[in-house]
Amino acid sequence: MGVGDPYGMPIAHGVAAGMGGIRTAGDLVARMQLARRMRLPEAKAYVADKLKISVADLSEVTVMREMREDLDIGVITSVPGCAKGIEAKIRIAELLGISINSVDRLKAKMG
Amino acid sequence: MTKYPTRMGDGHVIDMTADELKADLIAGSADAADRGRIPPLKDDEIDFLLDLFKSNARVVGVDSGNEVVLTHDIGTLRLDGDQGNSGVGIPLSRLQGVQVHERAFAADTMELGHVDYSWKPVKPIIAQEQQALENILLSTIVPIFYGAMPNLGTYYAPDGPFGNPSDLLPMGKIKEAREAQELAVEHATRDIVYICGKLAEVGADGVNFDTTGAAGDADFKASLQAVEQLKAKHPNLAIQVGMAGEFVLGIHGELEYDGTRLAGLYPHHQVGLVEKAGGDIFGPVVNTNTSKSMAWNLARAVTFVKAVTAVANIPVHVNMGMGVGGSPVFETPPIDSVSRASVAMVEIARVDGL
Repeated sequence: MGVGDPYGMPIAHGVAAGMGGIRTAGDLVARMQLARRMRLPEAKAYVADKLKISVADLSEVTVMREMREDLDIGVITSVPGCAKGIEAKIRIAELLGISINSVDRLKAKMG
Repeated sequence: MTKYPTRMGDGHVIDMTADELKADLIAGSADAADRGRIPPLKDDEIDFLLDLFKSNARVVGVDSGNEVVLTHDIGTLRLDGDQGNSGVGIPLSRLQGVQVHERAFAADTMELGHVDYSWKPVKPIIAQEQQALENILLSTIVPIFYGAMPNLGTYYAPDGPFGNPSDLLPMGKIKEAREAQELAVEHATRDIVYICGKLAEVGADGVNFDTTGAAGDADFKASLQAVEQLKAKHPNLAIQVGMAGEFVLGIHGELEYDGTRLAGLYPHHQVGLVEKAGGDIFGPVVNTNTSKSMAWNLARAVTFVKAVTAVANIPVHVNMGMGVGGSPVFETPPIDSVSRASVAMVEIARVDGL
């Protein structure tokens, strides 16, 4: 999406049609579009298979909130002890079986 | 006869009957079909759109399970920028802006960008941008793009080293105008590849070429060349190519990519070249006509974008900002129109993202 004030553009589109980012599985589906050029149905099916849930549950916050906490791949609220930032991305790369550039860089720095 | 409140392309409220709405939906779709030589919307799709416009709901939404991935042109500038980008002037750092999008707006992806939002000005400050990106990548989870416009205009006088086609063409200096554009293509390609390479080095998930083709066919050619060269060097760097308009302006007129003339291409042909170059996500644009109703505009936009998703082999994230993709030309977009455009693009055009 593009130009528009935050309420009129990202919030409006998010409410009307967005997957929900790290509230749900939006970031995970996006990862498959970036990493493998997957169209949406394929990307959703891939992530759902990895998570062992239905495609519809990918956008269902009551399912994904608990799953993200169990998998420790980052949650949207601030929970002490839950994986943050790059910690969560390391686990996401393993979960989805993809390379994430910033994770690869961290591993290279660690030697 | 019952009248339904809707809007013109500039956003102001009008009332239309169901017959008037349907007539505009059909006419808008027919206009796209005629210009793009693509199929118009089917009767059931027109009826779906008519129901959307007849609904009294302030905000509408896609069916549960049909949600799509959101990418964000302009990035944090909508928070800390001025109204030129519909920014709301909150003095946040760009790191904070990304975090607000990730954790308060539930963004699926997010984007970092320079306040000028063109590639060329990023070159002298690339180390600063790498540093900002490094910090963001450490502390956020969603995929992070770096976005900017190819904006070939910055390579023309008085801002750049080459003659300005807008000055040369009215003087009849067609050869000189073309030479200036060809030189600008080479310089822009080199600059974009350099900048994006530096961003890849620090771990960017992707880069976003926003408003590609704004300066015409030369602008699009520079972008395609840059995508091709970047993919050869950095195959793991995702590249999103979003367009500036529905039609590539032939300001040069003879430029080609992979044997295809660029001038005059509509979105369903643009996407094939982006795929060939190595792009990972394509962002088609359909412009809003302020003199027509939103019913006319949305049907027209959906018709064009449906033709793109029918042929695309990569994800299609339609551009849905102010004035494009069936949204009114109004910098604080009415959410009734924005949400209707969202639903239409998802449920009829079957886009992979917005």
